[in-house]
Amino acid sequence: MSSRAGVVPFDLLPPGERPYFDRWGNGLVVVLPARRPGPSGWGAGGPPHGGAWVHVGEDGKARAFTGKVEVGQGTRTALSLIVAEELRLPLSSVELTMGDTDVCPWDMGTFGSRSMPDAAQHLRSTGAAARAVLIDLAATKLGVARENVGLEGGAARARGSGTGRSAGYGELVAGLRRLEFVPPDTRPGPPSEWTRAGHPVQDVGAHDIVTGAREYTSDLHLPGMLHGKLLFPPTYGARLRQVDLAKARALQGVVAIHEGELVAVAAPTLLGAIGALKAIRAEWDPIPQPSEAEVVNYLRQHPAEGEDFWDVIHHQAGDVDVARAAAPVKLEATYTTAFIAHAPLETHAVLASWDDDRLTVRIGTQTPFRAREAISDDLGIPPAKVHVIVPPTGSGFGGKHASELAVAAARLAKVAGAPVRIAFSREEEFTQAYFRPLAVIDVRSAADRDGNLRAWEFHVLNAGSAAARTPYRVPNQKIDNQPTESPLAQASYRALAATANNFARESHIDELASRVGADPVDYRLRQLADDRLAAVLRAVAKQAGWVPRPARAGGRPDRRGRGIAVGLEKGGRVATFAEVHVGEDGHLAIARLVSGYECGAIVHPSNLRSQVEGGAVMALGGALYEAIHFEGGRVLNPRFSEYRVPRFRDIPPIEVVLLDRPDLPSEGGGETPLIGVAPAIANAVFDAVGIRLRQLPLAPDGYVPLSPE
Amino acid sequence: MSSTDSPSPSLSRAMVQLRVNGVSRSVALDPDRHLLYVLREELGLTGTKYGCGEGECGACTVLVDGVAVRACQTRIGEAAGRSVTTIEGLAGEKGPHPVQQAFIDAGAFQCGFCTPGMVVAAAALLSRKPRPSDPEVRAALDGNLCRCGGYLRILDAVQRASQRLREAGESTR
Repeated sequence: MSSRAGVVPFDLLPPGERPYFDRWGNGLVVVLPARRPGPSGWGAGGPPHGGAWVHVGEDGKARAFTGKVEVGQGTRTALSLIVAEELRLPLSSVELTMGDTDVCPWDMGTFGSRSMPDAAQHLRSTGAAARAVLIDLAATKLGVARENVGLEGGAARARGSGTGRSAGYGELVAGLRRLEFVPPDTRPGPPSEWTRAGHPVQDVGAHDIVTGAREYTSDLHLPGMLHGKLLFPPTYGARLRQVDLAKARALQGVVAIHEGELVAVAAPTLLGAIGALKAIRAEWDPIPQPSEAEVVNYLRQHPAEGEDFWDVIHHQAGDVDVARAAAPVKLEATYTTAFIAHAPLETHAVLASWDDDRLTVRIGTQTPFRAREAISDDLGIPPAKVHVIVPPTGSGFGGKHASELAVAAARLAKVAGAPVRIAFSREEEFTQAYFRPLAVIDVRSAADRDGNLRAWEFHVLNAGSAAARTPYRVPNQKIDNQPTESPLAQASYRALAATANNFARESHIDELASRVGADPVDYRLRQLADDRLAAVLRAVAKQAGWVPRPARAGGRPDRRGRGIAVGLEKGGRVATFAEVHVGEDGHLAIARLVSGYECGAIVHPSNLRSQVEGGAVMALGGALYEAIHFEGGRVLNPRFSEYRVPRFRDIPPIEVVLLDRPDLPSEGGGETPLIGVAPAIANAVFDAVGIRLRQLPLAPDGYVPLSPE
Repeated sequence: MSSTDSPSPSLSRAMVQLRVNGVSRSVALDPDRHLLYVLREELGLTGTKYGCGEGECGACTVLVDGVAVRACQTRIGEAAGRSVTTIEGLAGEKGPHPVQQAFIDAGAFQCGFCTPGMVVAAAALLSRKPRPSDPEVRAALDGNLCRCGGYLRILDAVQRASQRLREAGESTR
């Protein structure tokens, strides 16, 4: 390996000084700069976004670069398709590099369903700008006007008088070292004219996946590599009082460090590292934490200051008190969710190695540039001395944002003078990663005799603000989100806040519909303020064969029920239909799900279908079974045998209905499809047996509580 | 942890032989080492994944004498003298195993981390039951977790593989 001493990450250099052509050869490079956040969190001119660049080389291929990462959600293929589309290239001629901090554009991270609206749009513009330059080059080369140049399959052809002459992209850029920026007036091709994007395609990398050849971070090995393990507090928030590393250090080949808060070991084998960790003697000062039984009151009594997407919101319109006082129909209810674990099948893993004073960190992360910053801050070395690479990652679901493992591996590797790999055990994954927050949502509503909403109060504790606002027409509103302290580590999760908020709202809307004797579908259609969402609801009702009928308080004789829920978040619109059967003993069987989704122009239909279907399955777990149990800051069920996630036997038939809107920008599909599942099932349970469930999970151990609260 | 602390382990430990993907391998007989550990950490066969270490997720599924087992629950002594097939050994010389090809055709993966275990478990099922019903596939693969939620596509892939294997069988007859 050549010395990396002189390497500077591309994003830390002005575009004109980046060695694009030294790295990938002569050709054309088109750059769309990232907009990095300013001191207030916003860059000049708007919210931060990632950048994009594309290199078209003498080999006729395109190399595209984005700071977003693929952790299993299928964006590598979708984003490659976008580039192939704009450059009129076969998919096999596009090579996409994602999340490599040495060569990719800066990016905030892969979360919030931003890969389509952010990365795809920027790669699309960059590809379109590159296409425009290729047309210029071809016009000169072929001696025809620009409008007489046609690009297809990696070559330019002359039309009209010059018919017959052609030149490949490699020929067009031969000998060039041309750097261009994306002009502000760049117009990518409209999705209605797409011939590659929007059409079925096989995922890139499929062969390596099915043969086991694909190497995830936890599979990587470097010469002389050691295995690392961290010492973790026995309970959440416990502080280390005293630690004795002597016995661990006495073991052959073991390195043990205690630097600041970090206590860690490394050994030549994984079993050796586990043994060394057990040899550490540590004493801890626990801090008192509330129990599961008292957590709802604890949240109510422990407000915290907001940050990021956790933000405090206060939205008010009209006067809810006046409207409520005058309204004939009033309802009030509280909905709760549980702490749940992401439980990615590949646990957190990192491999750190030093080359002189430069650090390379291979890590399954959703935030490589943030990791670079965190590592550089923690180690006190310049960001340019840190290279973060994101190998294939065995899923994230919002759970792979933290950088502590990377810092630990880097510190161990420095002391050991050898590469160090750390991978969580499953128990560590369950106890040392963070959880989706437990939320409490108080709803107060009022309506006229026909059920038309007059007042809507929605008080969110600790869920987050996503999807707190209502898509229903209501003149008087009071909506707020209050973050709280937490007895367990909590942070992002796939559609975290939207799942909680939508569960509360869509359950409550159903309660109102039932109260006024309205059909749940018709009731929603009457109140919805969003036409796109109404269209998805109609499509799902049609697919489900929905026959209008109000839900009945007493349930149905055959104990079979049907429920519906809608949701609008992150630009996506979802409607979910559930059909359930509740046994005499409370056993809940999901007989059928229909999930309808619309997110603008569809880029990769097969993958979107996969996301919607997989999202429904993941949401089933949180809706029915999943809950982290805890006591005194300790997780009580840190293994799959005690934490039930969906398995083959739990999966009902799932029908996916996709609405393609080529006239609208593409939004993400990884999160919003989840948010209709829990309320649709809760509403179906009510329809079946007349019992209203307001607590997630709905059926721990597979059974719903049959006695009303 | 005596195995790793011992200054010269090879002198103090008995060795056992097993065939891995057709190649005879000699590994230390050690109660702390499960087959998964030996495959991944000692033989460099990382296609078999660690997912839970308690036999609950199926990511480490391999074949021992043609039977699907959890490598994380298989003591190395139990594999002694037997034939182990991992995901790396499933493909034939002519290309991917029909189950592997069916997973590609059905797009039956997202992050792909569960895929090796799923493919091996499905191959074992089809070798003893070439024409399984959907409930039989679900039952056979119920111990394999896919956190991305790709179960229905996996079901589709297994049925495609069943079809493919039957057609191949008929054409060679």
